[in-house]
Amino acid sequence: MTLPLLWIIPALPLGAVALSLLLGDRLGRRGTAWLACGAVGASFAFAVRAALALAARPEEGRSITEVAYRWMQVGDFSANVAFLLDPLSAVMILVVTGVGFLIHVYSTGYMAHDPSFRRFFLYLNLFMFAMLTLVLADNLLLLFVGWEGVGLCSYLLIGFWYTKPSAAEAGKKAFIVNRIGDFGFLLGMLALVTWTGSLQYDALFSAAPQAFVAGGIAITVATLLLFLGATGKSAQIPLYTWLPDAMEGPTPVSALIHAATMVTAGVYMVARCHSLFQLAPISLEVVAVVGAATALFAATIGLAQNDIKRVLAYSTISQLGYMFMACGVGAFGAGIFHLMTHAFFKALLFLGAGSVIHALSDEQDLRRMGGLAKKLPWTHATMLVATIAIAGIPPFAGFFSKDEILHGAFASGHYGVWAVGLLGAILTAFYMFRLYVLAFRGGSRVSHEAEHHLHESPPSMIVPLFVLAILSLIGGWIGLPFQRGGHPFERWLEPVFGAGGAHGTMRPLSPMIEWLLIEVSVVAALLGIVFAFRAYLKDPSLATRLRERWPAVHRMLVHKYWVDEGLDALVVMPLYRASQRLWRFWDEKIVDGAVNGVGFLFEGFSVGLRLFQTGFVGTYALFLTLGAVALLLHFLRQ
Amino acid sequence: MTPLIDVDWWALGPGLALSGGAMLLMLLEFVPAGRNSSRGALVALASLLAAAACVWRVHEVKRALFDGMFVHDTFTVFFTLLFCGIAALSVLLSWDYVKRMRINQAEYYALLLAATLGMIVMSASNDLITIFLGLELMSLALYVLVGFRRSRLESNEAAMKYFLLGAFASGFLLYGIALLYGATGTTHLERMAAFLAGSPLLSNPLLLMGGLLVLVGLGFKVAAVPFHMWTPDAYEGAPTTVTGYMSAGAKAAGFAALLRLALVALPDLQASWKPVLIAIAALTMTVGNVTALLQTNLKRMLAYSSIAHAGYVLVAVVAGGNEGAAAAVFYLAIYSLMNLGAFGIVALLGRDQDEPVLLSDLAGLGFKNPALAFALTIFMLSLGGIPPTAGFMGKFYVFRAAVQAGQIPLVIVGVLNSVVSIFYYLRVTVALYMEEPAGEPTAVSRSIPAVIGVVVSLALTLWWGLQAHALLEQAQRSVLGLM
Repeated sequence: MTLPLLWIIPALPLGAVALSLLLGDRLGRRGTAWLACGAVGASFAFAVRAALALAARPEEGRSITEVAYRWMQVGDFSANVAFLLDPLSAVMILVVTGVGFLIHVYSTGYMAHDPSFRRFFLYLNLFMFAMLTLVLADNLLLLFVGWEGVGLCSYLLIGFWYTKPSAAEAGKKAFIVNRIGDFGFLLGMLALVTWTGSLQYDALFSAAPQAFVAGGIAITVATLLLFLGATGKSAQIPLYTWLPDAMEGPTPVSALIHAATMVTAGVYMVARCHSLFQLAPISLEVVAVVGAATALFAATIGLAQNDIKRVLAYSTISQLGYMFMACGVGAFGAGIFHLMTHAFFKALLFLGAGSVIHALSDEQDLRRMGGLAKKLPWTHATMLVATIAIAGIPPFAGFFSKDEILHGAFASGHYGVWAVGLLGAILTAFYMFRLYVLAFRGGSRVSHEAEHHLHESPPSMIVPLFVLAILSLIGGWIGLPFQRGGHPFERWLEPVFGAGGAHGTMRPLSPMIEWLLIEVSVVAALLGIVFAFRAYLKDPSLATRLRERWPAVHRMLVHKYWVDEGLDALVVMPLYRASQRLWRFWDEKIVDGAVNGVGFLFEGFSVGLRLFQTGFVGTYALFLTLGAVALLLHFLRQ
Repeated sequence: MTPLIDVDWWALGPGLALSGGAMLLMLLEFVPAGRNSSRGALVALASLLAAAACVWRVHEVKRALFDGMFVHDTFTVFFTLLFCGIAALSVLLSWDYVKRMRINQAEYYALLLAATLGMIVMSASNDLITIFLGLELMSLALYVLVGFRRSRLESNEAAMKYFLLGAFASGFLLYGIALLYGATGTTHLERMAAFLAGSPLLSNPLLLMGGLLVLVGLGFKVAAVPFHMWTPDAYEGAPTTVTGYMSAGAKAAGFAALLRLALVALPDLQASWKPVLIAIAALTMTVGNVTALLQTNLKRMLAYSSIAHAGYVLVAVVAGGNEGAAAAVFYLAIYSLMNLGAFGIVALLGRDQDEPVLLSDLAGLGFKNPALAFALTIFMLSLGGIPPTAGFMGKFYVFRAAVQAGQIPLVIVGVLNSVVSIFYYLRVTVALYMEEPAGEPTAVSRSIPAVIGVVVSLALTLWWGLQAHALLEQAQRSVLGLM
């Protein structure tokens, strides 16, 4: 097989961006749609070709590096713009281009009436370019380029309807919160490059065991800093607050960026750096605990939200928590497996929600939906598949991946994490079926006006839903448990995560316990589902009674534990006040004073001398002198 | 027969070309020309080109001129080219701006050339006296340039303040030079180093004080906290193209002199300088960035931002050694380009003599003038240190050098600062793309030379981000001359 032409995979969407910029509005709507979808579709084709080429190789040769050019060379440190294809990045490019392509197609229908049609696809293609660079990079520095790139596109797309102040605000918030994560990521990279001298994966991972003492402080700090970066991008505690607000963006954006691809970048990065994390057991524990805590925490908030997209947003945060939980307990393969299945069913959920919103003339409140099953049969059917998948009912995709995570937690002796995960599974099933019941079942609470316009979405939107529904159903079968030497997905990732991969450090469980675990998790999911049906369909007063019984709990959940308000008071306001104080001090007291003083003097007399004596320039000089004196004092003390 | 003066005329070429050009421009004032004549700009460009060509011709050799007071080495070559580049871009950006502002006099360009010559002398000086000479030449020209819009009150005010405080700071510098001379008996940098090597005099208070006062004087020029107070006023009041020129050139020149002084003359003083420089660097970054957060005036915001960037360069200076010095030089080149570009775009805003410089004036430009908005966005992203722009590479390299030198707390402060700084750079982008103008969107003046200038800055800002290799190599070569 010839070279797999990796560079062309990210280059195609970038080319579409350039072409769209060049041609401008001459392209027309049809042309824009064809160009954008065509580029991503071709990317997908090349990704499939690359993956097949990789699969054709013997297992030990499944790592192909393609150097585009030398980026920089500083002493003994060098970095290339180079792409790496291995089983892990192969999975990622397939998911990104595949799901990305479906969402592009869907968007041609969803955004059909938007005046900024071309701008939308421009940003979307730019995002694809950045995301593919991120997952194909063969060093952390190039990964960081993609990392910032997707952040930027996310910001542009969240604020896409910038005339809505809340959208512009949400975009800004996402960008800034992410920068806090980047702060950690950058410091982590600097630490790694200082100790190992390289950021190129192969060199870095092979140098790390010699450069670091396993379990030592240096590697622990470095990996924790990397993980801080991951919490920003993948919306984990404490940096998750931007994701729910990001729902201000168009729904296909939520599906593509804030569910299926970009937010999983953190998980990908941790999995990619698994050999570093394995040197730092404490960091792995932190990853597991943060993941589990986020999974549960976000799920509880999801219980009480009424905006259909916000429920899904918290659900995404929670599911990302599961992926980190998997990484933290050492089951990296399971984490990536869940990343893949989640991309299918969560993209489907968002697109389905988009179809509902579209049909209801932009209504997003679950309290004004209901009984849509008959009106929107296709949307309903596909949404139901996705809801079952995320709830974890076999044989749907989510079951296999979630089960493997819980299995990993149990087998590695993290019983607490396992219990939290199980509790989260009950909640997940509950809030997802709450959403389903409120939207599709029961009597209609749709407003008159919306009822009037109610219609099923066009084929360009339904077909992607249908494809994703099939994937949500069968996507997990590649990971059927109880297979000798691990299931096919696990074996595929073996060259990356090592022999035995997920279970290398784990105690093998007897088949009986394994069965038991599966049964427990299925029962948990069923419990959640039954309760949701009871509380929202059979006996709606039950939900009300619960609310009235524990009003404080309900209020706490509705207000999302007041985290936003807390952050505002603790971080944003102090910074704001500091800046204002510094500013007022100079600009108002001194500068404005000086300006007024000068103005007055120019009207008057004896400009030069008086200016020197007004005290304003004098104040500046005084500060200059004080600074010098402070330095002198410092020296004299020595 | 030996020649009368043993001089490498090529190495001296920049000085001759620039002073020749400046004098020619002064004489040209006697020949009347139309208000929209471009001859001043053309003469200035030609002299800058000649200067750069001269120094490039002999860029491989090392020369000591005038009894070693003036050296021609890789460091000099790098900075001479950088200063010529900055000045040439400034000429392009000024081309139509000065016509629009009715200040199109040949003196403008003559002063620009004189200031550039001063900067070159600062970077090439191997003697405290010539450093001072260069600094004064640069400063005097800049004082006049800042106040060049004579009819504008702000411009006058800015020039006056800058001049008074600058004179004050020069006093510090000169006094410091005197003390250093008193302590070591020489003003020549290499002889000073030879005198101090292994000398018990290292803790001599005279020497320490001298070094410190020189630091204050140079700290003023690079706008380091707490010697930065003049910056926002001077930057805001000056004609925008002058602001761009001085924010890039004067800062780079100050750092060039500081680097040579610290590395050639006083390497043994490093230990006592370091804590002071660390404090100054941390303060400079923090005060610059935090104060910039709430500015609504674009020029003032960029002024505070340029203070913060001086702080990043100081981080590299603190890191010291080969890597640190190279990082500082690398960062200065990148910073100059992206900052010039940003100011160049500000200079393009508005029609005739009005000068819209508020953030809100940018509203709606993202769609009315996509190319301009795109360029400004890239400059902001680069200033904020977002990859793949050059600004990111600069910061990465600076912080990397500092981590390797063990300055971890300072790096944490630096990275934290660059996170904070994103906030105000982003406000520019938000204004461009996500705000509706109150009335008509701001007019953008047409100027082909200025567009060329902006495009060159933009291309380099992107190119050095995507292909940092070449510039890094040059930066590393340049500091070899100092070691």
